[in-house]
Amino acid sequence: MNWVNTILQGVLVGGLYAMFAAGLSLIFGVMKLVNIAHGDLIVLAAYVALMATDALGLNPIASLIVVVPVMAGVGYALQRGLLNRTMGDDILPPLLVTFGLSVILQNGLLEAFSADSRRLQAGALETASLQLADGLSLGVLPLIQFGLAVAIIAGLHWMFYHTAIGRNFRAVSDDPRVAQLMGLNNRHVFAMAMALSLAIVAVAGVFLAVRTNFDPATGPARLIFGFEAVIIGGLSSLWGTLLGGILLGVVQAIGAEIDPGWQVLAGHVAFLAVLAFRPQGLLARART
Amino acid sequence: MPDAPLLHVEKLDAHYGDFQALFGVSLSVGAGQVAAVIGANGAGKSTLLNSIAGLIASRTDAIRFQGEPIGTLSAFRVVQRGIALVPEGRRLFPSLSVEENLQIGGQIRRPGPWNLKRVYEVFPVLEERRHQASMSLSGGQQQMVAIGRALMSNPALLLCDEISFGLAPIVVRDIYAHLRAIVAQGTAAVIVEQDIGQALAMADRVTCLQEGRVALEGRAGEVTRADISAAYFGV
Repeated sequence: MNWVNTILQGVLVGGLYAMFAAGLSLIFGVMKLVNIAHGDLIVLAAYVALMATDALGLNPIASLIVVVPVMAGVGYALQRGLLNRTMGDDILPPLLVTFGLSVILQNGLLEAFSADSRRLQAGALETASLQLADGLSLGVLPLIQFGLAVAIIAGLHWMFYHTAIGRNFRAVSDDPRVAQLMGLNNRHVFAMAMALSLAIVAVAGVFLAVRTNFDPATGPARLIFGFEAVIIGGLSSLWGTLLGGILLGVVQAIGAEIDPGWQVLAGHVAFLAVLAFRPQGLLARART
Repeated sequence: MPDAPLLHVEKLDAHYGDFQALFGVSLSVGAGQVAAVIGANGAGKSTLLNSIAGLIASRTDAIRFQGEPIGTLSAFRVVQRGIALVPEGRRLFPSLSVEENLQIGGQIRRPGPWNLKRVYEVFPVLEERRHQASMSLSGGQQQMVAIGRALMSNPALLLCDEISFGLAPIVVRDIYAHLRAIVAQGTAAVIVEQDIGQALAMADRVTCLQEGRVALEGRAGEVTRADISAAYFGV
């Protein structure tokens, strides 16, 4: 029963990793941009949630009403004001600029909020659980988090294949030059994709902040988990991203069960194994 | 200016970095007219169309459309003004179905006679295959999608870049029969083509480019084969 519990907890944490990864996967899929600042933007969302809960007295989950639109706005402005200027045939300029943005975000947050660890308090929800069997129970908060991750991935998939904006995303991804001939302003389409990515980041940031302590230096590790989930699942595959997140969560949970020091290492080993034996990822063809 | 041509290109230069591809090219197309642009590989035909379509920036008044300068407009704004390009090599969106490729052409919602139903009337085979992946169609059918996609924006001017490229002669004849029917309904066109016979058969005027310069310009009916050969090969 202990192992079943371990695997189930890993699956639920995997939902959070899938949320970290979904925004990365979306951005890479639409504009081939590798956002090195993604993890720091997750932490920024956590601080925005912290400010919203402090200033408005909101429950962290309710703060999503504020944090999601704020982060979407940040995403749109970031893409239109900065990242669009780096876009072109060469992938290096956006890589370098987002690396610089990562450094600026970390230092800006350090200046504004100090290096103290923070956490959002979700009250009774944090300890609420469902008893499935003797020695086997699932936390309500992780279940909500996992359910939201699945809903986000399903929603993104639906949007990509059944809406005009999804069609525009795919067209710009296929051929940005010809997409302009269809009347699409690529700069606006890219900015919409980044807004959507950071709306997902907002949800991930709030759940990160409820689940664990965070500080201005927390971002890079979240970026790595997000990258690992994307690579394990397959680049540009949305359902693969969920699968990658779940596998990463389960492997980390199993590693931790064997030895607490092996939690993160086990995830890295699984990631390297996928890179070595199936570098295109487990579900690389899911979106094609 | 009631007599102003629909499209007026005047002394257009175009560059790719340091390389100059067009040298003072001029071209006029009246409403409902068809202009053929011919020339050897590398003569600058596609560059001319890409400049008109806004994919290559030019001097603001080098290109005027319906009397307005459009030389510095981005491609997405040019199509909103009423110019649609059928690009060389068709360039369909591989991840979009046939119908989605057509729908995205019409997403600017410019008013006019063309819509999905009308495109399917002209190209019935596309309706039969509307849910298929666009790249699973034959070359001729893909060209129909590319033309239909451009028409969905209800253009006043259609730019066609080598629509016979890579297609069997019988398919080319079919595509041009459709194109003749389309322009007969009032859409002006600039046709860039290496298949000179097809281009001249439906053009009102012909312009021959050689190494980025206009080597010959005249009424299609008045230009002789010898004139074209001399301009085409520079002899």
